[in-house]
Amino acid sequence: MTIAAQSPPKVVGTAVLRKEDRRFLTGVGRYTDDIQLPGLLHGVVLRSPHAHAKIVSIDVRAAAAAPGVLAVYTGQDVAKDKVGGLPCGWLLKNKDGSPMVEPPHPILVADVVRHVGDQVAFVVAETREKAKAAMQLIEVEYETLPAVASATKARQPGAAQVWPQAPGNLCYDWELGDRAAVAAAKQRAHKVIEIEVYNNRVIPNAMEPRSAIGHYEPGTDSYTLYTSSQNPHLIRLLMGAFVLGLPEHKLRVFAPDVGGGFGSKIYHYAEEALVVWASRKLRRPIKWTAERSEAFMSDAHGRDMTMRAELSVDKDGRFLGLYVHNTANMGAYLSTFAPAIPTYLSATLMSGCYTTPAIHVEVKAVFTHTVPVDAYRGAGRPEAAYLLERLVDKAARELGMDRLEIRRKNFITQFPYKTPVALEYDTGDYHATLDMALRAGDYAGYPARKAESQARGKLRGIGFSTYVEACGIAPSALVGQLGARAALYEAATVRVHPTGSVTVMTGTHSHGQGHETTFAQLLADQLGLSVDQIEVVHGDTAKIPFGMGTYGSRSLAVGGSAIVKAADKIIAKGKKIAAHLLEAAEADIEFQHGKFSVVGTNRSKTFGEIAFAAYVPHNYPIETVEPGLEESAFYDPKNFTYPAGCHLIEVEIDPQTGVVRVDRVIAADDVGTIINPMIVDGQMHGGLAQGIGQALYEECLYDDSAQLLTGSYLNYTMPRAADFPSFWVGNHVTSCMHNPIGAKGVGEVGAIGVPPAVINAVLDALAPLGVTDIDMPATPEKVWRALSAQPATQAAR
Amino acid sequence: MRDFQFHRASSVADAVAKLRAAPSGKLLAGGHSLLPVLKLDMAAPSDLISIADLPELSGIVVENRELVIGAGTRHAEVATSSIVRQAIPGLAALASHIGDAQVRNRGTLGGSLAHADPSADYPAAILALGATVVTDRRRIAADAFFTGLFETALASDEIITSVRFPIPTVCAYAKFASHASKYALVGVMVAKAGNGVRVGVTGAGACAFRLPAFEAALSAHFSPAALSSLPVSTDNLNDTVEASAAYRAHLMTVMAGRAVAACLSVA
Repeated sequence: MTIAAQSPPKVVGTAVLRKEDRRFLTGVGRYTDDIQLPGLLHGVVLRSPHAHAKIVSIDVRAAAAAPGVLAVYTGQDVAKDKVGGLPCGWLLKNKDGSPMVEPPHPILVADVVRHVGDQVAFVVAETREKAKAAMQLIEVEYETLPAVASATKARQPGAAQVWPQAPGNLCYDWELGDRAAVAAAKQRAHKVIEIEVYNNRVIPNAMEPRSAIGHYEPGTDSYTLYTSSQNPHLIRLLMGAFVLGLPEHKLRVFAPDVGGGFGSKIYHYAEEALVVWASRKLRRPIKWTAERSEAFMSDAHGRDMTMRAELSVDKDGRFLGLYVHNTANMGAYLSTFAPAIPTYLSATLMSGCYTTPAIHVEVKAVFTHTVPVDAYRGAGRPEAAYLLERLVDKAARELGMDRLEIRRKNFITQFPYKTPVALEYDTGDYHATLDMALRAGDYAGYPARKAESQARGKLRGIGFSTYVEACGIAPSALVGQLGARAALYEAATVRVHPTGSVTVMTGTHSHGQGHETTFAQLLADQLGLSVDQIEVVHGDTAKIPFGMGTYGSRSLAVGGSAIVKAADKIIAKGKKIAAHLLEAAEADIEFQHGKFSVVGTNRSKTFGEIAFAAYVPHNYPIETVEPGLEESAFYDPKNFTYPAGCHLIEVEIDPQTGVVRVDRVIAADDVGTIINPMIVDGQMHGGLAQGIGQALYEECLYDDSAQLLTGSYLNYTMPRAADFPSFWVGNHVTSCMHNPIGAKGVGEVGAIGVPPAVINAVLDALAPLGVTDIDMPATPEKVWRALSAQPATQAAR
Repeated sequence: MRDFQFHRASSVADAVAKLRAAPSGKLLAGGHSLLPVLKLDMAAPSDLISIADLPELSGIVVENRELVIGAGTRHAEVATSSIVRQAIPGLAALASHIGDAQVRNRGTLGGSLAHADPSADYPAAILALGATVVTDRRRIAADAFFTGLFETALASDEIITSVRFPIPTVCAYAKFASHASKYALVGVMVAKAGNGVRVGVTGAGACAFRLPAFEAALSAHFSPAALSSLPVSTDNLNDTVEASAAYRAHLMTVMAGRAVAACLSVA
């Protein structure tokens, strides 16, 4: 037995190597698809090849009789068993107070398919190959129907209709802000700057495809779902309560190692319910794992918003009012968080980091015959930042002002700051991060670099984005008022073992974020332990307290705060035990560096000694203190957190081919208190790559009949390491005022801040040639068309 | 992927015999075009007959002012061969940019030509260099080899054994690759020889083709400027989500000009 005797050095703020990387880098991580169970069966999903079609008939006889096949299920079987549809997690209200249209979302479609990839049948066989071979024997007769992929086209008269209960394909018509105040501002404006931008649809492409295993155990009449998910408790709640009607105490959801999510693994998907439902029917475990081409047509997509805006400015460039109209593509069904993305996660950010006094935002959410759209790294906030930062650049151009001067003139400098769109920023220093970016990016040297590019026949441009976002999701009462059907607090249990090592159970979920290290660092300093003495457990509803998972850059700010609160309770209880052992008053016990001491004396007990006493209470205040040392805490944040910063991008464009090369990436951010700078840098690098990917490369395209054109890596362009220079990332920290850590969040910052900086840089490079607008992604052909004044090909928007 | 019978041929003649005996056989060389197709269930041959590493298909030699490369030669070997680099450095450079390192270490010259992917790199080279495709039974001029999308003059049981490249004065290949797939959206090989200039284009159409107008202009005046005012038709060019026909037409001029510039820089 070893009992920790000495407090190790502080680790918060240091680049502790990621504990989890040992298993990931040596190939012994354990993902859902790695799990083997006795008697495991394999399921495959037959998907619709049509965007919109009536299922006239479906004949599964040949497939059911194929070798190794146990069952073939269709929508009729699902309906017969009264399996519920996939529920939406948010209920939004229209301007007139009526509820949004919430169509059914069956786990297998019986009557009408509504997007390419919609699930039609589920084949279960002894092997995956046998299931796939049998799937090809299913005969479905479809009657194809008119389809529409573009949200703006879906709103036009005569457009194909996705749902009869949604005339004009309108899901909801929503607004936020003060229409009259904005109209008044427009009246007295010196100039009104107008813009329309399309935020391109992207496909998430997590490295690990989605995977699920359903395991019904007749002996205990209980269920286990293994799933590649960002939030196992939410899946348990939605699938248990709404889809399959299973009691929560009989349903365990376990998300083991998960290889990336970027939002796409937040939601409850049909395949999760299918494997559990079918496992009960067949009384054997069933595994389903997406192929990459399935992922393209069944993982929830991101973005796809068309925004137009009017910014009223006075003659000095001060912003007087802003009107925004957003047409948001929901896809064919409402994914779990979808309605909240263009509204509560985007419209509320339209103040940016500017003092615009009057803002009015209207959002029309629209059904189309496409894969459902939901939160994707940044989720609504990148769309807001993209619109605003493009608009501010345009305002500077039209007013003949410097792009940085107009920003500085309108920056918020007094905190807390209440925006006209429902948020209250607690802290920030926008001038400081802008200054930092200019220094790090050698802005002073830019003219020389531009001249050097010009000498080689290349066009160089520099672009900025001074963004703010809201994360640390979210105060439960507030989101409840806004239509959320779940809460958004976080939970933690800190279990101290008899020898003083610690297991911490968190309701957040790590799928690349490094929680096993960051949370261990946090607790190590608080309890005076070493990182190696702390194990972080997540992802298993059988082990962890009811938590809400990981998304919205919430894990440290909300989940970390729950851990700190639980550890505070451990320390409080430890003080009672120490007071007894040291024969002192509890008020005289202080806890520092892993030691409980009597103030002003050299009498002390180590953390390990206290833990041992708690579990072997021979000499113990048993009358007043329970044995054991384990505490739980729930933390509900008081406010969102508001990371902000400045991203600076330089590009060099080949005018002959239109190729844009990113030459300089500077990210000066304020993400609040930093626990592990290496992990923060890594999060920034990933987010920046993803954001630059959206700005220059990635684009999900449908044709006019809503066929998916970019269904594989042959024509869906992922960013690669070779596309980027070294990134410079730095932080000017103002700590969050309302959580015990001071953390704001970093997971989405790169993807939120950088896309407008890239496009602003491209437009800066092209400006001398008269180009004033270009859509993301700025592909070589698009740049060439802009330069040669060729008409643009119509993207699906 | 469906089950298939696997055979390792002992000779070219053995491979032809096995191919004829199979209900729906396919030859397997490097496999870097065929295996993805099989994995996606886009083809399900009854038999795969491996011709990898057959001695008859190997070897790189120079004979009578021609560079002769065995059909089984992998792209990486062409890229690094001192014989190729000395005889036709532009061909070695082309091979060094095919696909990625994994593809170059497995894919073969004969396999690439027989597969006739519209965006493969070698087709531009055999057209521009006026190469001859040698098979188990005859010789086919490059100009007669490609007949359409994934289609060639090869009979269904015919095997390419080598390719004979006349050694030019100078040649260079300029590729504009799809950023997604790294396949050529437009690849242009320009070769200057005693008898004039030939220009081979890949990626832009259903199969590789020559550009007579570019050849005439460059034969008269070997400079990128010779191309700058030549009209390029978009007829028969691929018009896809990756690149429109108009953009591909524009890129043909740009890439041909860059290939000419590269020729001039080494000449």
